[in-house]
Amino acid sequence: MTLRYHPHTPEDVRAMLDAVGASSLDDLFRSIPARLRLGRPLDLPPAADEITLLAELRALAARNATDHPPFVGAGAYPHHVPPVVDQLLLRGEFFTAYTPYQPEVSQGTLQALFEWQTFVCLLTGLDVANGSMYDGSTAMAEAALLATRTTGRKKIVVSAAVHPEYRKVLATYLRSTGDEIVAVPFGADGRTDLEALARAVDGSTAAVIVGYPSFLGVVDALPEAAAIARKAGALTISVTAEAVALGLLQAPGALGADVAVGTFQSFGNGVSFGGPAPGFFAAKEAHLRQMPGRICGATVDKQGRRGFVLTLSTREQHIRREKATSNICTNAGLAALASTMHLALLGKSGLARLARLNYERAALLREAMGRAGFRPVFSGPAFNERAFDVGDAEAVVARLAKQGIAAGAPLGRWYPDLPAAKGALLCVATEVHSPELVELFARSVKG
Amino acid sequence: MNFPDDVRYTKDHEWVRAKGGQFVVGITDFAQDQLGDVVFVELPDVGDTVKKGESFGVVESTKAVSELFAPVSGKVVEVNDPLTDAPETINEDPYEEGWMIVVQPSDPKEAESLMDAAAYRAFVEEQE
Amino acid sequence: MANPTGWKPSMEKDAEGGPAPGAGGVGAGGATRGLAFEEPLLFERGSSGRSGVSLPPAGDGADPASEIPAALLRPAIDGLPEISELEVVRHFTRLSVWNYGIDTGFYPLGSCTMKYNPKSSEAIARLPGFAQAHPLAPAAMVQGALELMFKLERALSEIAGMDVTALSPAAGAQGELCGLMLIRAWHESHGNPRRKVLIPDTAHGTNPASSALNGYEVVQLASGEDGRLHPETVRAAMDENVAAIMITNPNTLGIFESHIAEIAEIVHAKGGLVYGDGANMNALLGVARPGDMGFDVIQYNLHKTFATPHGGGGPGSGPVAMKASLAPFQPLPIVVQDGAGYRLVTDPRERPRTIGKLREFWGNFGMFARAWALIREYGPEGVAMTGRLAVLNANYVRAKLAGTYHLPYETDSLHEVVFDDRHQKASDVTTMDVAKRLIDHGFHPPTIYFPLVVQGALMIEPTETESKETLDRFVEAMKAIADEARSDAAAVKAAPTKPVRARLDETRAARRPVLRWRPGMKVE
Repeated sequence: MTLRYHPHTPEDVRAMLDAVGASSLDDLFRSIPARLRLGRPLDLPPAADEITLLAELRALAARNATDHPPFVGAGAYPHHVPPVVDQLLLRGEFFTAYTPYQPEVSQGTLQALFEWQTFVCLLTGLDVANGSMYDGSTAMAEAALLATRTTGRKKIVVSAAVHPEYRKVLATYLRSTGDEIVAVPFGADGRTDLEALARAVDGSTAAVIVGYPSFLGVVDALPEAAAIARKAGALTISVTAEAVALGLLQAPGALGADVAVGTFQSFGNGVSFGGPAPGFFAAKEAHLRQMPGRICGATVDKQGRRGFVLTLSTREQHIRREKATSNICTNAGLAALASTMHLALLGKSGLARLARLNYERAALLREAMGRAGFRPVFSGPAFNERAFDVGDAEAVVARLAKQGIAAGAPLGRWYPDLPAAKGALLCVATEVHSPELVELFARSVKG
Repeated sequence: MNFPDDVRYTKDHEWVRAKGGQFVVGITDFAQDQLGDVVFVELPDVGDTVKKGESFGVVESTKAVSELFAPVSGKVVEVNDPLTDAPETINEDPYEEGWMIVVQPSDPKEAESLMDAAAYRAFVEEQE
Repeated sequence: MANPTGWKPSMEKDAEGGPAPGAGGVGAGGATRGLAFEEPLLFERGSSGRSGVSLPPAGDGADPASEIPAALLRPAIDGLPEISELEVVRHFTRLSVWNYGIDTGFYPLGSCTMKYNPKSSEAIARLPGFAQAHPLAPAAMVQGALELMFKLERALSEIAGMDVTALSPAAGAQGELCGLMLIRAWHESHGNPRRKVLIPDTAHGTNPASSALNGYEVVQLASGEDGRLHPETVRAAMDENVAAIMITNPNTLGIFESHIAEIAEIVHAKGGLVYGDGANMNALLGVARPGDMGFDVIQYNLHKTFATPHGGGGPGSGPVAMKASLAPFQPLPIVVQDGAGYRLVTDPRERPRTIGKLREFWGNFGMFARAWALIREYGPEGVAMTGRLAVLNANYVRAKLAGTYHLPYETDSLHEVVFDDRHQKASDVTTMDVAKRLIDHGFHPPTIYFPLVVQGALMIEPTETESKETLDRFVEAMKAIADEARSDAAAVKAAPTKPVRARLDETRAARRPVLRWRPGMKVE
């Protein structure tokens, strides 16, 4: 039996070889020197028919404990994705299309991309957004690079409360540019220490980066940080990993951010063991030509009908090559489409309600944890994520894992010098955590 | 294709016109035709220094980016700012309204080694 | 003046719509008329108060204003749409109908490997055990995911002939970035990062971009008249200042760089490394392995070679396979065996020479699941047939079109073939026109105006999942267009006529950017 993906019958192959004038399939590879040929079968598991394949992969998936929604966020947020999103996303015309190089037959992808860009601008309060980035961390790294190009300066000041994974990625991206990264500590309330920030920011600072909300779940002092940055002629970059927060919190653009980055994973995309998800990149109009990534624009066709095309492509690698703003080619199109669909369903009232619901569930968690004897580590205002002092965070996580519950992220892993390093457990509560589940969780943590 | 006589030409398809001791610079008709619709042009600021043979800016169509190379060295004394909002002028009138910068030359003799219209025409015909 | 592609976009100022091609207006690919709908933007429809979600009640619990300062709060966002679920469903359904995907028809985009996206891979990626696994869940809770990643890593290493594969890079271009960072780190560990990277003129634009991002100066090498990179060219450029050469093999002309072993020797002899852009791996599957040719490191594009969905432009996944000498530098995390199970190495103290992290968490796991599912279904025989049939299909198309369209290179093609529009120029018909007329026949156009070494390039990569009948219909369409170019060039130049939109004014889009909806938006 031939593989179902290979339609060629032996007759087809013969007829085609004849047309080509080759005597065998191997003949077609004569340009590969014989000594470079593999000459043996690949050492891979034997072919599996679909029934075997599905059984095997189901068994593998079943070895992941996902019966209970996780209580951990820390950059990947468990939310409810309406089934209608997946069903629309699976339409083959969206799913199996590629980059819209031929706009006439890609208007579906392009209009949806224009809608994504608009959603990102509306939620961030900024002027322009691109067609998505790989993820939040690389979006942040690219924003830092934009700031160094635009200001001509070489120092990036980043709050230690920004997602540690994102900060590691920033360090990797800036390794060979000679740019300096300076971290500013946070205070007992979990917000960036503004005095330390003011001391760190000077005429050599290209950008100040602040989480909004931060990795600690705290709504950080974005307006104050932006004022400090502005005074020194630096750009302000806000970083949002939990995009639902933008349904409740003031837009970063309205609070002084010049660039807003992060991920829209919370909209339409499951956690999927960490990827893929759509990074977003929004900025003030002035930074348009320095923005990385693909951008969709509106125009008209020959008959005057409105349509959409990829535009401003001369920033990109396929034209500028070594002078491009970035090397990004493939982005996160499908993940961005899922977010666009989910946001379309939510709409104005739905998003506000979803955000409010998240806040309320997190408040219930705080109360339940409080009754169980666990206090918040930070006093700063939070959205849906909060660190609680549970005594021994790693032990709690290990114990609850046996019950199939992913309890939270032990902050001591990233912040070993925190006073509450041993006990701090970062927990999230979203619309998928019912009040009963929240209650049960708090009691489980207590043990 | 236009090859006016009152300018001199570079191998990178820029033209130079002497005007009262200064040099007006732009790109040729051949250049704009090769590029297609110009959508964006990046020019230096008044006061910037330019050096013969070095890049002083960039002109873009939707599918190509071309650097602009200074035909003479000197100081930029005027910049055609309206081109930012109307880059199509470069396509429509490359030798007049589509001028890009005016340079106060540091060494006017540099312009003497540039091609005249006949030589440039021959050069272009060779390219095609 | 740099415009090597010969692509001069401008609004066509001639014929207003032409006749539809083919008998009865049906194109060679079957394209005919159909009911499609004009559909406004989400933000232009609906009315106040509608929503398309079902959520528990909110508003009676804790009040955010009690904790969050008023200046940091905002009410519901004006401008967001207010539409019901059915309106959303119709919106996206109608939009999808404007699109052409692999599921619609033949999609021969060269160097993109638009092979069929298996639906069983989809079902597997969506299993709740995979889709809902949290990246920070304890290892004991995610052994299934970790095992999949471990096995995928072994398979990718074997297929590429390399020692180890880093799974985390998010796409091919990020894989290149990773590869160059590895190369830089390796050179730094030997005392000198070096300054230059050699890149052939046929390279994809991401290659020089990735090099520049690592602080390397790009030295472009001219390919020969046979479309191949020659050892003398490399020898002349290679010195102790060159960190690496970046080669795509087969290259973007679809031609195997048969001098690769000698080229690798030249570069290695002077202490340089050889980077492979694995975009064209489909041609080599089971036939030859980059690791056996002299490559030190190569990135995969799972969304090409292993059929993870292209999704309108991503997400991709760009695992990087490398020789043992580069392994100490690989990005984190790594999946390792841990007793009877698996764990993630995330702590740099365990891998002190790592270049660090390239993205958040561990990689595009959703793509790993799909790629692994395909590799499991292929087995070694399926992988080996894939490369052979991909190359057969491309050569068949080449043989059938060779008289009609001009072949810039006589050299053997592997999995893709490049033609140009030289024969059609006499009628003033360009590659762009041919591409647009193909749409009216019912085909997605090939890649056009790339690689840059060919003026008016038309790069066709059929992939192995296409049948002989499909290729025959494609050939028929291409021949019909060539005929039409001679008899009625205006009709070709007026294409496409069948999709919901005719040619779009890209100049206008760039001169007067409109990049988001605003109230009262009008585009004329």
